[in-house]
Amino acid sequence: MDTFYYLVQSTLPIAIPLLLVALGGMFSERSGIINIALEGIMIFGAFFGAIFVLSTQNSSINPQILLIIGALVAGFASIGYSMLLAYASVNLKANQVIVGTALNMLIPAIVIIYAQLMNAGWSGVGDSPYSGGGITTTLNLYIHEVPLLSQIPVIGDLLFKDTYLTVYLGFLVLIISTIVLYKTKFGLRLRACGEHPQAADSVGINVYKMRYAGVALSGFLGGMGGYFYSVSVLNSNISGLTGVAGYGFLALAVMIFGQWKPVRIFFAALFFAFLSTLSVSVPLIPFLNNLGLDLTIYKMLPYIATLIVLIFTSKSSKAPKAEGIPYDKGLR
Amino acid sequence: MKNKIKNLLKSNGMKTFNSTLIAIGLGLLVGLVVLLIVDSSNAAGGFSKILFGGFGRFADVLYYATPLILTGLSVGFAFKMGLFNIGASGQYTMGMFFALYVGLVWDLPGGLHWFVAILAAIVGGMLIGSIPGILKAHFNVNEVITSIMLNYIGMYIVDMLIKNNGKLVVGSEARTAYLPETVQSLSLGVSGSNLNIAIFLAIIIAVGLYIVLKKTTFGYELIATGYNKDASKYAGINYKRNTILTMVIAGGLAGLGGGVAILAPSLIADASQVYEPINVIAVAGFNGIAVALLASSSPIGIIFSALFISLIQRGGTSAALFGFKPQIIDIVIAIIIYFSAFSLIMSGWLGKIVKNYSRKKSKKGPDKENKVVK
Repeated sequence: MDTFYYLVQSTLPIAIPLLLVALGGMFSERSGIINIALEGIMIFGAFFGAIFVLSTQNSSINPQILLIIGALVAGFASIGYSMLLAYASVNLKANQVIVGTALNMLIPAIVIIYAQLMNAGWSGVGDSPYSGGGITTTLNLYIHEVPLLSQIPVIGDLLFKDTYLTVYLGFLVLIISTIVLYKTKFGLRLRACGEHPQAADSVGINVYKMRYAGVALSGFLGGMGGYFYSVSVLNSNISGLTGVAGYGFLALAVMIFGQWKPVRIFFAALFFAFLSTLSVSVPLIPFLNNLGLDLTIYKMLPYIATLIVLIFTSKSSKAPKAEGIPYDKGLR
Repeated sequence: MKNKIKNLLKSNGMKTFNSTLIAIGLGLLVGLVVLLIVDSSNAAGGFSKILFGGFGRFADVLYYATPLILTGLSVGFAFKMGLFNIGASGQYTMGMFFALYVGLVWDLPGGLHWFVAILAAIVGGMLIGSIPGILKAHFNVNEVITSIMLNYIGMYIVDMLIKNNGKLVVGSEARTAYLPETVQSLSLGVSGSNLNIAIFLAIIIAVGLYIVLKKTTFGYELIATGYNKDASKYAGINYKRNTILTMVIAGGLAGLGGGVAILAPSLIADASQVYEPINVIAVAGFNGIAVALLASSSPIGIIFSALFISLIQRGGTSAALFGFKPQIIDIVIAIIIYFSAFSLIMSGWLGKIVKNYSRKKSKKGPDKENKVVK
């Protein structure tokens, strides 16, 4: 039972960033824009989150409140970065995949050069926080146990011990996203733009605006997800050398596995996060430990699972029909 | 004469050439801004190093351009058919591994050894490149996602296989063992440079692909499919077969890129190029995207765009003399890719500007005579 608790406790903090980023991708693709730049947006969010944490970590503010503000900082900053994608693909009708690739390449280099710049000007006490090709922080955001709630049997062990605040924020975002997509006028219009923009335009919906909104949401959630990833996996640090290790791309796979639907995306994120944590957890699972496989095989699992899942879901894919196609009023 | 210039400006080739120049110009401009932010006093020196520093070591520019030409051809060839091969990175790594394996484990006589290792690299790249092709053709799975996943899968497989094989890795597992000299590419003997015969191989292959695309049925079908998938299917072109074949060839090209990179000779005696199994995907494949985009996927153009990218990369490393990080070049390349994505629109803007300019000029005088003649 302890192993089970451990697995859940270690899976959730990884599942939540995947969930957020995949939800971001969902909003973007539902509006008709393929967002392959999620990887870069995650790094951007983590980068700004780390800058914020670094400047406030020595203040007397409660670390958990800093985390919430940091998430907002990361989210709003990343909206700016995502606008580079929105402008190119909505106004200039560029190839969205190529633009996304460029944005993914750009940010790690920026982080490294920013670190170099700050490192050169570093005159504080102790080691420079910019020496590792990125930003190193000292803030501890780990929650050992939540008072009272952790006393609840089973659930207390599962959800309220050895965790991060990001988990609860992630559930909140999931609920809000589901409501926004299915229960609001905005969500309906957004979905229409991804399925049949010409029809949406003919009833007076501004397709360009909705696509900007979709990409902005993906920027916000992607940046926040990137920050959450850095909090729960990288101890709130970020480096331009290693970035977020392809989790932005995994989030895309999560989104496809979840068939562009919020709740299914949540379960897909849990599945992928479980596979990602497996490489660390193998010694704890007697069955897998006895197999004696190379740990690298477990590291590959999420990516291999993606391939297999794609093969089985592509025939009945629920992908938005107009995704990737620049909207041209003249073609109506 | 004037009409000739006008026609030249209107031609498609000129348009793409213009747009390429704009993308490059903007990329370099952003690079300059970054240099100014980082260290304004040394920015001018650093920038001139980036632009011209490579010329001082042109043999090295050619040497580093060799794998770039091949990954660029890989991405560009797939582009011709409308496929985005973002998986050149994984194919590159796999090709490198196959060459490494043949070089270190197989025992073959001198000249043959290199030849077999090169072939192995192609096969390695083809194997991993075929997967997105098959999945696209038979299951209609988007090749972008699958090839991204295969970048990671390929890298992890290679790192695992290298670490678990005592013949391939040195004791500390930090790097691969040195390749024997028999399997290394023949050096062209330029002092201080690893430039080797692989550059000729890359150029010959580029020319060969140009011929395939322009003069063969397969090439024609490929380009037709790239223009309009449905129309070409209707015309009886075997879409599935061509998709798989294109991805296999693209994979083989990137794999060969990895092969020539690892088989290159070393300046240090009794040493060779090495690979570090540190679970990081190879950037060479992503630079191939920039190379292909800059050349609008034209095989001959790719030779020159690879030379350009290699030139500013060498320039970037020599800018380190002024204390700048070589990642400046990554920024420049990313910006170039970004602007290449909508470069045709930009060349449209340029066309308008030129038009307005010539209209203004024509109002002034000489053109009036023409009007009278009409």
